[in-house]
Amino acid sequence: MTGFFQLLARNRLALAGGVVLSLVILLALVTPLLPLADPDVTDTANRFKLPFSEGALLGTDHLGRDLLSRLLWGTRLSLAVGFAAAIVAATIGSAIGIVAGFYGGRTDNLIMRGVDMLMAFPYILLALAIVAALGPGLFNALIAVAAVNVPFFARNIRGITVGIAHKEFVDAARLAGLSNTRIIVSEVLPNVIPVIVIAMSTTIGWMILETAGLSFLGLGSQPPQADLGSMLGEARSALITNPHTSIVPGLMILVIVMSINLLGDGVRDALDPRLKSGALSRPMAATRVDRKGPLPAPTGAGLLEVQGLQTQFHIKDRVYRAVGGVDLHVAKGECLGIIGESGSGKSVTALSVMGLVASPPGVITGGAAHYEGEDLIGAPYRRLRGMRGRNVAYIFQDPLATLHPLYRVGDQLIEAIRAHRPIGREEGRRKAVELLTAVRIPNPEKRIANYPHEMSGGMRQRVGIAMALANDPDIIIADEPTTALDVTVQAQVLTILDDLRRSRGLAIIFITHDFGVVAQLCDRVAVMYAGRIVEEGRTADILGAPRHPYTARLMACVPEVGGGKRRLEAIAGLPPVVDRLPEGCAFAERCLKAQEACRRDEIPLVRDGASAVRCLYPNDPSREAAE
Amino acid sequence: MTGYILKRLLSAIPVLLGITVIVFLIMALIPGDPATAILGSYATPENVARLNRDLGLDKPLVSQYFIWLSNMLHGDFGTSFALNRPVIDEVLERFNATLVLAGTAFVLCAIFGVMAGVISAANQYGWADKTITFAVLLGISIPSFFLGMMMILFFAVNLRWFPVSGMWPIYGDRTIWVLLHHLAMPAIALAVVATGVVARLSRSAMLEVLRQDFIRTARAKGVDERGVIWRHALKAAMVSIIPVLGIQAGFVLSGAVYIEIVFQWPGVGRMLVDAILKRDILLVQGGVVFVAACYVIFNIAVDVAQSLLDPRIKT
Repeated sequence: MTGFFQLLARNRLALAGGVVLSLVILLALVTPLLPLADPDVTDTANRFKLPFSEGALLGTDHLGRDLLSRLLWGTRLSLAVGFAAAIVAATIGSAIGIVAGFYGGRTDNLIMRGVDMLMAFPYILLALAIVAALGPGLFNALIAVAAVNVPFFARNIRGITVGIAHKEFVDAARLAGLSNTRIIVSEVLPNVIPVIVIAMSTTIGWMILETAGLSFLGLGSQPPQADLGSMLGEARSALITNPHTSIVPGLMILVIVMSINLLGDGVRDALDPRLKSGALSRPMAATRVDRKGPLPAPTGAGLLEVQGLQTQFHIKDRVYRAVGGVDLHVAKGECLGIIGESGSGKSVTALSVMGLVASPPGVITGGAAHYEGEDLIGAPYRRLRGMRGRNVAYIFQDPLATLHPLYRVGDQLIEAIRAHRPIGREEGRRKAVELLTAVRIPNPEKRIANYPHEMSGGMRQRVGIAMALANDPDIIIADEPTTALDVTVQAQVLTILDDLRRSRGLAIIFITHDFGVVAQLCDRVAVMYAGRIVEEGRTADILGAPRHPYTARLMACVPEVGGGKRRLEAIAGLPPVVDRLPEGCAFAERCLKAQEACRRDEIPLVRDGASAVRCLYPNDPSREAAE
Repeated sequence: MTGYILKRLLSAIPVLLGITVIVFLIMALIPGDPATAILGSYATPENVARLNRDLGLDKPLVSQYFIWLSNMLHGDFGTSFALNRPVIDEVLERFNATLVLAGTAFVLCAIFGVMAGVISAANQYGWADKTITFAVLLGISIPSFFLGMMMILFFAVNLRWFPVSGMWPIYGDRTIWVLLHHLAMPAIALAVVATGVVARLSRSAMLEVLRQDFIRTARAKGVDERGVIWRHALKAAMVSIIPVLGIQAGFVLSGAVYIEIVFQWPGVGRMLVDAILKRDILLVQGGVVFVAACYVIFNIAVDVAQSLLDPRIKT
């Protein structure tokens, strides 16, 4: 709760709204005590006196009544009616919503049908009909405004109640034999009240406007009594000759409603957990780069060479080191596998290459990614955009989420080409069919007209691959492309990728957590843990004799089909959270072989020919083989 | 598609019936005797009884409802006693004027609201976003009738750019330019609140969409930022913006009542307020039912537009 107020106070606009609103309410409360002129006493000799004239701070109206006095009394009335309408609407609406949501079934159906009917009216028609029936008057206007807003509360509160009515504590209360009324009062209501309060804070400004509106039309407060709306309505006839009589009450309504809205927005934002985590900010076109220190020079290893890459997530004042200095390279026609548990930083490494890490909160804080000698990390956005898809293309996991749901797959393929070169309608179509044929989609001429949701998971992933191939890239980065697919489809997709690599000389970086896939496709493998590479080498070497204890344990997790009685082991413990990495080896906590030295210093990645391992006490491949 | 439209039209029938029931019940609440109200307090009891019989008011409530409903279905909404004219003629004539005003305001709020929301989201926390956010806040806080009055004062009285009020000049030609000249201020004043609401919602819908995976895919393909925002993100965001546009149409129609009063626009809203003040019940009844029915039909059109946009909706 204190956190809520802190957050609210940090929002300066909301605070300003709160202060202004409090002042207005305070002023309205003390109005009867102030030495004001009688708001209803007319003085036709002193009509339309201007503001700041003697004896009338804000001037007088068309009947010579003191405007300041009328303004304060009017504010009092408007606020009272607005709040009363809000409370009435919230009470009745919430009661209806709770009953509908709690009892469900036919009761719910009947009530919500009625609510839907009421919502089928433009709100003012309903209000006008009610006022027409009851006759003009402030109290009737209050009833009309409250009635119009009842459906809004009923619907919102019903939704919340439905969720609560099926919670365990409500079931427990039922089993305990409590009556429905008791359950509603003691279990449901306390959970619903915060929602009611929020709904009220967002609608109360509205209700003040609506009551003012009805009064403005002459259907609310009747003379001589005046709220802000009827003051404005009466002043309208003198708008051109004496605008101040209109401006005074009009500005007051604006000030009240605006301060309520500011405060309401602040309350809503303070209660929205997504805003706190920064999850509502939009990712920029390219990841933010903020590198310090000297940049590594390219050594010419491979087509793409990643050196000392560091990518972090800055969320509020926490820093998550998702990638903590990664070196990789991949050559033409080669397939490099990156393997690791989820959260090990493998996807972030891959996305960093083309600046696709969502930013905020992502920041690349160090390292380089050289493509044919050119550093991609430092490249300006225009250059990066030109190379995305054309030189380095991506294939993502779960193609239902990664393809645009509202465009036909053919159009999405054509767009991928058009992003890099102009292409006519007919040629684009032909090319799209060609691409779908290349990934072995049957009936490509028909399939290009499909929407993603009309295809199976395997077909969608083939479209994803086809899209990556659209501009004949040199490198394809595949981020768990087969994880969402079932095993047979997975095998087909892998075959397609492998064939393409051989026929087109593609370099592939293949990210996965599946050793089976690695064995089938990859020439070399890098194993990642807590944002760093812990072991790297030729696939056969690593699969045959893993040297890092983590690799060994990770492989032990995989059951082997027909492998007999190899013990299936889960790795005890969880990977470290990357905003609080331990000193020394990040795996030490979960490692059976960990020694004192493992927890002390930075452990270097030691290279030995084609293989490398980051461990002080690696398994000895020769001994392992002998066992 | 035709099947879907037909299905939606059929589903509107219970809603329309519900509307007539609600209006009928509200009107049945009216205290006192309508016949006395029409004839005045000096009417003889015999005259009151005869009028009650003529109006069908001596029958039970349920049969009164069905007589009223069946008359309406035959196009007979009764006669306005204040205007001494068939309700339906008056409503149709006034509704035209409202349609011109509210329709223009609706188009304005849809175009500018969505554009402002997209620009705001695309420049989140930048100066454009802050300016738009503040303007939106001001827009949704200002009473439209007050805004309209201030516009009259400034643009019509001081600058003399636009006529003070009305739809047509008393003398002179009725050309489209004359109409636009009269329409500009009321339409803008009416559109402001709705524009603010649409802009706000479009901004949050866009921010939601911009975080989706398919946006990253578009960027990975090399689509430029303008394409990402206006083609990929906006199209997906429209799925949640369109229903709000439907709701806003109701608010524009509601706000039109105030604007018609402020700008002396000869629309159905002003007619209703006058009718209420004169206690011309049949006119109120007919006007409310007619406008509500049009709104229901409009919302079906919104649903159809939604299904055209989103192929995932089963039609």
